[in-house]
Amino acid sequence: MNDMRIADRTVSTDTAKMTARGVQVYYGENHALKDVDIDILGGTVTAFIGPSGCGKSTFLRCLNRMNDTVAVARVLGEIKLDGEDIYDKAVDPVTLRARVGMVFQKPNPFPKSIYDNVAYGPKIHGLTKSKAELDQVVETSLKKAALWNEVKDRLHAPGTGLSGGQQQRLCIARAIATSPEVLLMDEPCSALDPIATAQVEELIDELRSQFSVVIVTHSMQQAARVSQRTAFFHLGNLVEYGETGQIFTNPQDPRTESYITGRIG
Amino acid sequence: MSIGLITLIVLGLAVLGFILGRQRALSAVKGDPRTLHSLPGYYGWSVFLFTAVPALLLLVTWAFVQPIALNSHVSAMVPEADVASYGSTQLVMADVRRIADGLDAVARKAGLDEVGLEAMRADLTDMRGRLAEVGVALGSNVVPSVLDAAKEYRSLSGELRLAMSIAVLLAAVAGLLFALWRINPKQRARNLVEQFTLVLLAGCSLIAVATTFGIVFSLVIESVHFFKLYDFRDFFFSMTWNPQFRGGSDLGLWPLVWGTLYVSFIALLVSVPVGLMAAIYLSEYAGKKVRAFAKPAIEILAGIPTIVYGLFALITVGPFLRDWFAQPLGLGSSSSSVMTAGLVMGIMLIPFVSSLSDDIINAVPQSMRDGSFGLGATQSETVKQVILPAALPGIVGAILLAASRAIGETMIVVMGAGAAAKLDLNPFEAMTTVTVKIVSQLTGDTEFASPETLVAFALGLTLFCFTLALNVVALVIVRKYREQYE
Amino acid sequence: MTDATSQTGLPGAQPRKSLHAADARTRRRNASEARFRFFGAAAIAISILALIVLLTSVLGNGLSAFRQTFITMPVALDAKVLDKSGTGDIEVMKKVTTIGYAKVIEKALTAALAEKGIATDGLDAKQISGLLSQEAAASLRNQVLADPSMVGQTVDVKLLANGRVDGFFKGRVTMDSAKLDSNISPEQLELALKMREAGLMSVSFNSGFLFGGDASELRPEAAGLGVAILGSAYMMLIVLVLALPIGVAASIYLEEFAPKNKWTDLIEVNISNLAAVPSIVFGILGLAIFINFMGLPQSAPIVGGLVLTLMTLPTIIIATRAALKAVPPSIRDAALGIGASKMQAITHHVLPLAMPGILTGTIIGLAQALGETAPLLLIGMVAFVREFPGAPPEGFFDPASALPVQVYNFTQRADPAFVERASGAIIVLLVFLLLMNAVAILLRRRFERRW
Repeated sequence: MNDMRIADRTVSTDTAKMTARGVQVYYGENHALKDVDIDILGGTVTAFIGPSGCGKSTFLRCLNRMNDTVAVARVLGEIKLDGEDIYDKAVDPVTLRARVGMVFQKPNPFPKSIYDNVAYGPKIHGLTKSKAELDQVVETSLKKAALWNEVKDRLHAPGTGLSGGQQQRLCIARAIATSPEVLLMDEPCSALDPIATAQVEELIDELRSQFSVVIVTHSMQQAARVSQRTAFFHLGNLVEYGETGQIFTNPQDPRTESYITGRIG
Repeated sequence: MSIGLITLIVLGLAVLGFILGRQRALSAVKGDPRTLHSLPGYYGWSVFLFTAVPALLLLVTWAFVQPIALNSHVSAMVPEADVASYGSTQLVMADVRRIADGLDAVARKAGLDEVGLEAMRADLTDMRGRLAEVGVALGSNVVPSVLDAAKEYRSLSGELRLAMSIAVLLAAVAGLLFALWRINPKQRARNLVEQFTLVLLAGCSLIAVATTFGIVFSLVIESVHFFKLYDFRDFFFSMTWNPQFRGGSDLGLWPLVWGTLYVSFIALLVSVPVGLMAAIYLSEYAGKKVRAFAKPAIEILAGIPTIVYGLFALITVGPFLRDWFAQPLGLGSSSSSVMTAGLVMGIMLIPFVSSLSDDIINAVPQSMRDGSFGLGATQSETVKQVILPAALPGIVGAILLAASRAIGETMIVVMGAGAAAKLDLNPFEAMTTVTVKIVSQLTGDTEFASPETLVAFALGLTLFCFTLALNVVALVIVRKYREQYE
Repeated sequence: MTDATSQTGLPGAQPRKSLHAADARTRRRNASEARFRFFGAAAIAISILALIVLLTSVLGNGLSAFRQTFITMPVALDAKVLDKSGTGDIEVMKKVTTIGYAKVIEKALTAALAEKGIATDGLDAKQISGLLSQEAAASLRNQVLADPSMVGQTVDVKLLANGRVDGFFKGRVTMDSAKLDSNISPEQLELALKMREAGLMSVSFNSGFLFGGDASELRPEAAGLGVAILGSAYMMLIVLVLALPIGVAASIYLEEFAPKNKWTDLIEVNISNLAAVPSIVFGILGLAIFINFMGLPQSAPIVGGLVLTLMTLPTIIIATRAALKAVPPSIRDAALGIGASKMQAITHHVLPLAMPGILTGTIIGLAQALGETAPLLLIGMVAFVREFPGAPPEGFFDPASALPVQVYNFTQRADPAFVERASGAIIVLLVFLLLMNAVAILLRRRFERRW
């Protein structure tokens, strides 16, 4: 059994939580992602940056097999979570996604109450044994998402009635309620105003203590603000991956430098 | 001259007007179209429209007004006493019209000319016999005043027909000359034609309103007649439906409403789960191949006329249910039953429910599905807990529309549900519905002014109000729902 | 198993298990997923099964209506009986009624049987001629009057057999049922079998079903759909001529010109409601307005056509507006930008581009109208009509039937032979609908444009 190995890895925050080797993605005929190798570390915020259509969102969606829902997408190569291949036949994407949560570009609360939105994940995965326990999970998740104080008096109001920033934090609370190990965020601030963006960014930094966070972003400033490690994608290739500070101050690849200085993108 | 011929002549004149107008415009500028305000064709069109439209409008109006004027004039000729023997003015006029039609045939058969026809007298000639010979069967002997009225009707309607022909043709010619006379190079023919066309277009859009008005008007007027003859309390609060030929009928609404609702309920019980699940399967699960085959197959069900479903109920489903369920279970021995009609109507409504639900499910944004999948929900959990709740208002609207269809459906219940008005719970019993009774009361041989016939209009009004309310509520819900997702 | 420590610290967080081994709960969820999927597939299966049962029921009952039992035999057209004056004067010949022709046929049938050596023991002349349809004499009379030169000769004539004999060959009537039947006896059926062996009787294609008029309750073998098909064709013509231009005009106004105010909103709500008003209500409208108020004749295609026009208008308007909406505004802008008026932009550019959509919608509306029955019942189309209506436009005012109403008529008659006729009529109706829809699909395929 490889349980020992898993335990070993999870103890240290600097070892790789997820590893990808030789990942190729095809959308029909289109070769969208070419040969990506990357290690996502535990307890870190990793930012994916790059111009539109560079494959960063595509790769993010490979990490919890969201690409399965797109009929024409094909994923080749190997992605491992704690040393286990997530594209193995025996893996049920449903259980995988409970461990690798996702937050989307546009806030997409369900047309249910705030409480039901957060409780949805724990309910379908059967994570709680009693109503009291579920209440506890909802409260903790909302607190972690820095939303509790704003909504604690109206937990049964519809989630769609919140402001854009609140909705996005609700979606984050919803994602962390299933206590995932990795949290994927696909441009979580692109639909938000600057104040809401600041709130969410602050939140991401706090989440780092418990989850590995992977964030796709358009904004280099945002990547610099929130992430410890940064990966730069260009035309379906992973161009450069390293410490955020090093990528922004001393890029190794000329393409990275052009993008960071604003010449491409 | 017949209406068809007049229309053709008017259209011919209009085409002539087009050619003349175009030529006149061109000759006014010595063949150089550039000095005209508009393209030469527009001058032609302006003449065409001025020739055809007023004349044809006059024709249609005349066709509407003439019968009213004629009726009121001729019915005044029949003395009160004779009207009383018929029962109502309406019935007298029906006979007058039939005799007037018959007179032509009589004249042709006997080789009579106008004078000979005029000389015919009801008390001397056996009018009833002679009319019967030419296929006009009358219930009683011809009363002299009625024959006179019929003669008057005949000659007047002939004269009016002639007058109409002349008036319409005059209008066409006048329009043609007027438009031709107005043509000059500075005339803004294009604007004129476009204005005219716009008015025509707007007029066409009013036909829908006119139709609704016509429906309400005819239902209300005849219902008022009915309630004059029959107490509305007996109609709305009685529990028996038992029409009699010789009067003294019980015309209670409730047995019919019960049958209607019972059949519709069974139809929805069949169509809603099947239609909804089919829509879910097609939009969420089915692969390309299944969809390419199943979707058109279900749409074929929607394109089959209701008479086919009616026949299916009559010759296949009814006997099947009777032989395999009703009789073995001791529940009845009738092949037409609530179950038969409900089941077949349910099949008819499957495509209706499924295509409406399909639209509505597809309107739920993909981001909602992504959110749920991203949390690790299975597809069925996503459908049951996210998509269906999100689509609920739209689906409720679809079900209401289906219910309105079921309530208004006629042929399936006429051929499958039976004709006995009953308040019963047994679904294998034959019962009847509002629409069945509308058909049977209006196609039977009862006289038109009797409550037994007029009740059909009150039933129609009830049906119209009921379905209208359902439709309006459903449309409002669906519209709100669509706005929610833009 | 070592506990893979919960590092997230959330309440409810549970020890992680391997991704590769599904736990009980996941298996349960997957089972419920499979169940749900099965229900979906079952719903599809039920719908398709219903369609198949429906079509087989109709085809199974109706295909036999296209074949009919005929008796073919030489008939001596005796001039002494049929043309008493001997001058060939058609007016004089018309005086001979069908009874005279029946006698001629009876004689010919006895002679034909004798010639083939078929014994007719125990059957009297009436029973023998009972094998023939009661329509036979009338059809022979029509043939002779159409061609008086036949009189005096012996010609081979093909005559309809009685409906029960026809049913016997189609399996509807059996020897057992004939014992209880006052219209036919087993002996007569024996004779029919012998006649078939001798080649006097045969089952062949029944053109009378498609082109003949209706026949009375007692002669199901002679009932045809000609009048109904013609009546339906007249009504479709009226619907097309009225509903298409009016519908397109109304849609253009509402979609392109109408100001957005309460009044046009009312019109729109009105149209979507009209599309959902039960069809029978339109029948009441037709009865009250067109027949009672305007005095148009009952059972006439013109009234049916007008009622169906009003019913079809909403369908056409809705389809046309969708087609107009699908033409992108850039087309309008392009035309307006080079100085075309709005009306020109629409008639020259938008309308031609929207035409395939409009025509598809119109054909679908026509197909609906063709299958509509209930409103036609109320305007008297249910009456028994044998005579063909005249040529249009006068023929629009003659009594006629319509295909779906004819189906209903057939089902109201007692003789079981009419079930076959009704199903056969449905097959004809469905073939027409199929053709119309095929045209609509072709139009869509051929001209569909995606912007």
